[in-house]
Amino acid sequence: MKYLLFCCHEEKKLDSMSKSECDALMNETWAYCEKLKKSGHLIVAEPLEPIQMAVTVRARNGNVSVTDGPFAETKEQIGGFFLINAIDLNEAIQVASKFPSVRLGTMEVRPVAEPERPGAKTEPCQDV
Amino acid sequence: MSERPTKPVREVVEEVYRTESRRVLATLIRLLGDFDAAEEALHEAFAVAVEQWTRDGIPANPRAWLVSTGRFKAIDRMRRRSRFDASLAELATQMESSIDDAQENTDESIDDDRLRLIFTCCHPALSSEAQVAMTLREVCGLTTEEIARSFLSSPPTIAQRIVRAKAKIRKARIPYEVPSETALPDRLDAVLRVIYLVFNEGYSASSGESLTRHDLSAEAIRLGRLLLELLPDAEAMGLLALMLLHDSRRAARISGTGELFLLEDQDRSLWNRDQIAEGGKLVEQAFASRQVGSYTIQAAISGVHSQATHPTETDWVQIVSLYDLLMQASPSPIVELNRAVAVAMRDGPLAGLNLIDSVLRRGELSNYHLAHAARADFCRRLGQTAEAEAAYERALGLTQQKPERRFLEQRLAGLQDHS
Repeated sequence: MKYLLFCCHEEKKLDSMSKSECDALMNETWAYCEKLKKSGHLIVAEPLEPIQMAVTVRARNGNVSVTDGPFAETKEQIGGFFLINAIDLNEAIQVASKFPSVRLGTMEVRPVAEPERPGAKTEPCQDV
Repeated sequence: MSERPTKPVREVVEEVYRTESRRVLATLIRLLGDFDAAEEALHEAFAVAVEQWTRDGIPANPRAWLVSTGRFKAIDRMRRRSRFDASLAELATQMESSIDDAQENTDESIDDDRLRLIFTCCHPALSSEAQVAMTLREVCGLTTEEIARSFLSSPPTIAQRIVRAKAKIRKARIPYEVPSETALPDRLDAVLRVIYLVFNEGYSASSGESLTRHDLSAEAIRLGRLLLELLPDAEAMGLLALMLLHDSRRAARISGTGELFLLEDQDRSLWNRDQIAEGGKLVEQAFASRQVGSYTIQAAISGVHSQATHPTETDWVQIVSLYDLLMQASPSPIVELNRAVAVAMRDGPLAGLNLIDSVLRRGELSNYHLAHAARADFCRRLGQTAEAEAAYERALGLTQQKPERRFLEQRLAGLQDHS
């Protein structure tokens, strides 16, 4: 099955880190992604720009409106996402739990809605 | 994975995954001392297999290849992580130095690993729900989502149960071992209970999701076979027999519209003869071992029913004497109730009514709908219509299961027609 992992953290926390700390975190993350790609888990990995770069778009009665910032004002923001293949939710949790960023923030694990493919559980790994 | 594997190799890998992945996992847990590390290593080993077997051909012993590849990958990973955590370096060296032991990948040691896995998943320190979830996922290879579907639960609930169980195993340092001879009987009881629970979960499902839930009974029977193969114990034999004999009546037990048929109303030509024969043989073997326990006795009772081609041919004398034996092996009010029903069949409804009333008088089964249903039936047969009516109504007030309610309502209506 496919799962989307949302990497959530307080941007303030990241801002307060030194450059070398930030670099170390990013390097560790990319090294882990490399490993996940090799093992057939990782499909897509994308970091996101900070929320200052975000706009929220709506269309109502033919009028498009655009506002600054993310649609939800929350303490933690989505800082990136990963689309992965996993045998089941527990494997997805296991994959998520090893991202360096979960030591600072959280990772939301969401199953991608897709029709069950028969025999999916017996596939040790899927094409990437 | 740059090169695309040719189809046959991929098929071989999939086949090997189906037949060997649980065995390889069981051994990797022993070698790595951790469930999560072992699962990760298992996955990596299969990922490498797709690549390498395409290039170099399929190894002579795929299982041994997967174990040593998984182990190597785990040690390698630990080395790399030791840059962040120094304690891992030492652990990796330790694991590497014991690599020679791993080479003795005999069938016997693999079987032991599978038993270790079963006993660990059914460890008494885990809740019974956790035992079931762990057994189905780790031993049977079901996914979290499949387990959730079969138990009408949500994947996050099951996933948390599994995560917590693994953490508990790690923190409480639950050893990965087959229990010592003195602890074995109790620990085996726990394993048998888990298997029977899984079976009943699938067997008692009567409508709606019955299709997916049926898989649980099949899974339990598979588990029962595996356990017996690994540990030829009389009660394991008895449990497998019991499950096979119950399962043999599946097709006759429920009508197309989800109606529940009692044993006496079932179309016996629908019973699965192969399962009955296999169950009967296992019961004989278990009795021959002279260590007769409650699963074996229950299976024997079920076997007596299976031998009757018509309800009137049922050997109630033998059934009552088996219930007497069961009362000695594991006495309980439920067993007493069932014995009362058997006695009623042997000696008439009045004898049964007296027995049930003495159980009910003790108050133990006063909220158990089947006790009142049985009492109602005896009263009906004795012509005590008012008593029967009251008992059916009491039973109805105590059950939510739709097929059972329909059955009781029909009986109640029948009673009122005759009066």
